[in-house]
Amino acid sequence: MKINQHTTDHTLTLVLDGELDASSSVLLDTELNQPSILEYQKVLIDCQRLNYISSAGLGVFISHLQRFQDANVKLVFFNMQEKVHNVFEILGLDSLLTIVPSEAEATAI
Amino acid sequence: MKNAIRVSCTRRNLKVVRDFVSEFLEHYKLSELHINQIVLAVDEVVANLIIHGNSEDESRFLDVRLSMKNQEFGIEIEDESPTSYSPASYREPDLQEFVRIGKKGGVGMMLVNRIMDRVEFTTQGLHNICRLHKKIV
Repeated sequence: MKINQHTTDHTLTLVLDGELDASSSVLLDTELNQPSILEYQKVLIDCQRLNYISSAGLGVFISHLQRFQDANVKLVFFNMQEKVHNVFEILGLDSLLTIVPSEAEATAI
Repeated sequence: MKNAIRVSCTRRNLKVVRDFVSEFLEHYKLSELHINQIVLAVDEVVANLIIHGNSEDESRFLDVRLSMKNQEFGIEIEDESPTSYSPASYREPDLQEFVRIGKKGGVGMMLVNRIMDRVEFTTQGLHNICRLHKKIV
């Protein structure tokens, strides 16, 4: 699992590359736990190269969602592969999280 | 075709088990989405057994066996943990509550139960066996 990031003005984009499981999700948790992340207006999660997610990865997003909402930081997922999106759907997380097809739509939110 | 594997109880072996299950399922005409679902269900149980059941003790092992009979995919995961999972204590979690309190874990068995047709946990002497079944249509 690799996490690259880039920033523009008030937006931080995290680019996930690989498989997010009980072993690698610690890395993502560390990234989202940075206090400075709450200074952005939006955190975009680029999922194009995210090939797998387990409950450990989902749990990291679930655990930070309220903290982001309290700080008025929008968390938006985009470019998600069908098999990964399906995992969010199985739990109904697609209705609790903001998931859009493309980066353009994520940027427009 | 390889249908059994033994791994030590470390998180590094989660990927090993996922690849093993994927390779087995690739011999059947399943969509990428369905293969991913079954691999995920196995990964969730194996992660629970490695992390919670066996405290990531690399001197302990899990045996994973796969089968396909009458269009039904079966998985047996066996360990010798002194503690065993009690499915009777399972309650489906409230995800909105999890979001509110910032809870990090606890949705793995929800995925397993929603993906698989049958989920059984049994203990025979020192051996705990989890059996997962999924009809392949």
